[in-house]
Amino acid sequence: MCLAVPSKIVSIDHEFCTATVDTMGVSREANLALVENNVEVGDWVLVHIGIAMSKIDAEEALRTLELHEELLLSSDIQENDPDGKSTSDDG
Amino acid sequence: MGSQPLTTDKLYSGYRNPDIIRAYSHKIHQAAQDLDRPVNIMEVCGGHTFSIVKYGLDQLVPDSIRFIHGPGCPVCVLPQHRIDASIALASMEDTILVTLGDMIKIPGSRTSLQHARAEGRDVRFVYTPLDAIKIATENPHKKVIYFAIGFETTTPMTALLIEQSRQLKVNNLFFHINHVLVPPAIELILQQGGHIDAFIGPGHVTTITGTGIYEPFALQHHKPVVISGFEPIDVLDAVLKILLQLCDNKAIVENCYSRSAKPEGNLKAQALVSKYFETREDFIWRGIGTIENSAMKLRDEYVEIDAEQQFSRYCPRATQEKTSGCLCGQILMGHAQPKDCALFGKGCTPSSPQGSCMVSNEGACAAYYRYRRY
Repeated sequence: MCLAVPSKIVSIDHEFCTATVDTMGVSREANLALVENNVEVGDWVLVHIGIAMSKIDAEEALRTLELHEELLLSSDIQENDPDGKSTSDDG
Repeated sequence: MGSQPLTTDKLYSGYRNPDIIRAYSHKIHQAAQDLDRPVNIMEVCGGHTFSIVKYGLDQLVPDSIRFIHGPGCPVCVLPQHRIDASIALASMEDTILVTLGDMIKIPGSRTSLQHARAEGRDVRFVYTPLDAIKIATENPHKKVIYFAIGFETTTPMTALLIEQSRQLKVNNLFFHINHVLVPPAIELILQQGGHIDAFIGPGHVTTITGTGIYEPFALQHHKPVVISGFEPIDVLDAVLKILLQLCDNKAIVENCYSRSAKPEGNLKAQALVSKYFETREDFIWRGIGTIENSAMKLRDEYVEIDAEQQFSRYCPRATQEKTSGCLCGQILMGHAQPKDCALFGKGCTPSSPQGSCMVSNEGACAAYYRYRRY
């Protein structure tokens, strides 16, 4: 029910406060009234039931991904678990 | 970092990278070993339940960590008499009932909107609430009633529909409001239970409300709340942060969904919600009972568009819920798992649901039926 899908803004119709967005390759319309003045073409938004509910903060998204990569590098999983299978059941 | 573009691949595959999932699983095992006690984590949002069951995240954590599925599906918690009201409203003369597709199969005390539609009622399921304006404009001689459902994520969308319909002077559009609130349900679970150690906070509710609504659970109840997105790495990241808090005997609100949810939330959405809505004194949650201040209603000044007021004689009053013998109430409160229910997968399936948790895609029983039936 609270499903919201990351979508990229392709074009904006300022008169009607709507945008054409690309949702995983599917083109559709999204209302921008809750995020207007805050977004431009090329930005990512979260679309919930046809309405953009927030701008996705690209820097934060990339920073979080970097943190995940760092966790992977800092993990000793590769040394302990060369097959990449985490089968530990000691917890 | 700033020069690197965010791509579809990064937003989806980046948060589903199997190597990183394994690394998180490993770290979670280590943290659970350090903690050395069982931990019950409730995910409040049905979207999280779906991710956990779909991606098998519960199988990537040690047995000492249990995911307890909470009341996070707003259609699952809608009581029968309000579904009966939607059918009664749809049965009025010259009326079109508009709602979201999630409502299609939800059983009331006797029937569902799907059946009402099959019997000739004009019931329309829309992709976006804003479609109700077009329907109302195209049918000026009919009453168009928007049956509004959803948690804090969805309430601003109804408020936007009201705002736009008033700007456009659409005078045949009415609203039956069933928006419910997450914090009062968590509060009730904490008061009744004591079996929950921490919460995974709903990322999209938080995107609207901001992170402040969870502070009482950390400060007063001393329960960690970690707000999470819905990709597998998001959820595992939240689990690890919860374990690290418990190891340090900390209980704070942490935000792991910073790419979307900001501490202050969406201020514009909040302003629109408070313009049109106020808190109801109480609301009955299906399978749970009455929870005070747990839902929204239209403010008194909008009585002329409030379907509950305008057509009150058609709306049935709250009655004793008819039960099918299923365990939905206990599942919604985190006291039982879908497979504990004798009806699961036998008398109760998605095509013939007996209880609300099997009806919605995000209900715990529907998720288990889809991914864990065997």
